[in-house]
Amino acid sequence: MSKQIGIEVSIAVAEAVGLCDVDVVAAYPITPQTHIVEHLSELVADGHLDANFVPVESEHSAMSACIGSSAAGARTFTSTCSQGYALMSELCYIASALRLPIVMAVANRALSAPINIWNDHADLMYARDTGWIQLISENGQEAVDMSIAAFRIGEDKRVLLPVQVNLDGFTLSHFIEPLTIPDAADIKKFLPAYRPALRLDPANPITMGPVGMPDIYTEARMAQDVNLKNSKPIIQEIFNEFGKQFGRKYKLVESYKADDAETIIVVMGSIAQTAMTAVDMMREKGKKVGVVRPRIFRPFPGAELFDAIKGAKNLVLIDRVTAFAGGEISGPVALEIKSVLYDKKHYPKVGNFLAGLGGRDVTDQNFEEMVERVASAKDGELPAYEFINVRE
Amino acid sequence: MGIASDALKNFKGFNLKNLPEVEPVSPGHRACQGCGEVLALRQAMKAIGNNTVVCSATGCMEIITSPFPQTAWRVPWIHVAFENAAAVASGVEAAYKAMNRKKIVDQPDVTIIAYGGDGATADIGMQALSGALERGHNMIYFCFDNEAYMNTGIQRSSSTPFGASTTTSPAGKQSSGQNTWKKNMAEIAVAHGAPYVATATPAYPIDLMNKVKKASLVPGPAYIHIYSPCPTGWRCGIDESIEVAKLAVQSKVFPLYEVIDGEFYLSRKVAKPKPITDYFKIQRRFRHLTEAEVGYIQGRVDEQYEKLLKKCVVEEKKKEKE
Repeated sequence: MSKQIGIEVSIAVAEAVGLCDVDVVAAYPITPQTHIVEHLSELVADGHLDANFVPVESEHSAMSACIGSSAAGARTFTSTCSQGYALMSELCYIASALRLPIVMAVANRALSAPINIWNDHADLMYARDTGWIQLISENGQEAVDMSIAAFRIGEDKRVLLPVQVNLDGFTLSHFIEPLTIPDAADIKKFLPAYRPALRLDPANPITMGPVGMPDIYTEARMAQDVNLKNSKPIIQEIFNEFGKQFGRKYKLVESYKADDAETIIVVMGSIAQTAMTAVDMMREKGKKVGVVRPRIFRPFPGAELFDAIKGAKNLVLIDRVTAFAGGEISGPVALEIKSVLYDKKHYPKVGNFLAGLGGRDVTDQNFEEMVERVASAKDGELPAYEFINVRE
Repeated sequence: MGIASDALKNFKGFNLKNLPEVEPVSPGHRACQGCGEVLALRQAMKAIGNNTVVCSATGCMEIITSPFPQTAWRVPWIHVAFENAAAVASGVEAAYKAMNRKKIVDQPDVTIIAYGGDGATADIGMQALSGALERGHNMIYFCFDNEAYMNTGIQRSSSTPFGASTTTSPAGKQSSGQNTWKKNMAEIAVAHGAPYVATATPAYPIDLMNKVKKASLVPGPAYIHIYSPCPTGWRCGIDESIEVAKLAVQSKVFPLYEVIDGEFYLSRKVAKPKPITDYFKIQRRFRHLTEAEVGYIQGRVDEQYEKLLKKCVVEEKKKEKE
């Protein structure tokens, strides 16, 4: 039986991946991802995990080896973040186009320069157009559960896409939390063996990664787009089955005290927990505030998100990245939410805040200030976005 | 005995009477007329046979064999990107090892191949290749060296020979073409401790196929550097690929040798070497060179060949014993 233990989140993620019976792990070290792959190599070295650990010479080769491994038919895992993600990103587009269900944990970290090893969502946003499914964890338990669900989602014959499991660097990856690591037998029930219909097999030769001329490229890209679009209800279906097997229920978009809220904070990742604390404090003061948190960023859960936020007069949209778009449009998360609102002809008051960059804390006080700022702003007063908690 | 010489103890080679009929690369591909590279690929794959997985770098051999919905490949083949064929093959090899051990598949003898051109090998893919060689994957890497980026239009690479005019090392009033010496990839592979390294060219097909066969028998990484004439880029006749490759060997420009467990063996001693002018004169990429420049290059060719001969002492000693 599974039981709750105190464990570092990275170690727990590695344990969970090990229990998923991966065949190949190819990885290159980068802070703060290191503990995940260190522990996986320990599991292999100690004989607890029957897998081949390929200690590649770069993240570029990590994803290349993962593509080769997955194409050969093996269940494949890697982990990276930040600069490492940037280096491998060329291959990430190809992994999804080749429909390979690789699972990758990303211990989200800021991008250089200045070089900074701490947490924000620059790598998560960098990855958003690569055709991968992106799952986002708020706490250690979710990081563990998403890692297990990721294999099932990616390997589902109706999906066949690589899946990125995002967990905030340090604030999740290096924290010790009370966690439940599911029982191996339960994982086996939830996650069937990976047996792809097509693989690099001399008994049934196929050509993978051919040249796509202008007469076929558009069709290939559209097929991939349709596939990602169709994955959204399947992800929820698999979350439901996860809930039945393990007792923890997950939705594509999570809400906290948002039903009657006049102001809703939309935020992703671990700072949602601070946001919820701030909401409790504000609720005590009689302010109707709530939190909405997308659990997936790709495919973008536009309909679910709209349902969760449509009752609010004011929206506080948090971006944990600098978009460098020139100042007249919002950060990526806010931009996408605004696009959904426009299509629904729904125009609440929207403030977009760039917060928690490169490991800077976002406090409950900060959330209160952002809520006040939007609630008290006159029409047209709010800029496309503003930095918070910044020295000018 | 080392692991390679051990594995090759009872090696029986190909000869003109027992050439394999198998053609993993089918005809009907889209290579230029007279392409020496696709000929080398065909010969190499004939020696490998059908029980293989092939990982291709971006380049001529990828483009001409895989325009969707057609494919020239009768064996499983994957193309991912330009610089990573060796890393992709590392993953395929690791997967096959794991899947065989875990009894997911029962295919213990699949030969894992990676290949790329000289740009994909000596330039952009050098790091991925180095990593794969160092980690010791049981795979073969072929470098099909046509001495420039031919697929993109004859730009220089680090494998372009001194004096060759390319589109990015053009001969001109202030330039004699490429002004650096060709990177020696085979020696770089040797320095990694790869158990089997060889040079080959499709002008000597039996030699090429035997080297490929040996590479497949040796456990651990093998590297074969295959000199592959490109009439389009070298500006020779489309019926001169084989001749130019023979002249490269006969003029000592491209010596044929094997390195087994770190020991050098000359495959073909050039007793009466031809002058490099014989080799240069049928290729317009060298036609701008002055007599002095040709002499300078001849000096370097002679010097490099002597250095190689000194490394091939093992063979000489063996003969002395006999």
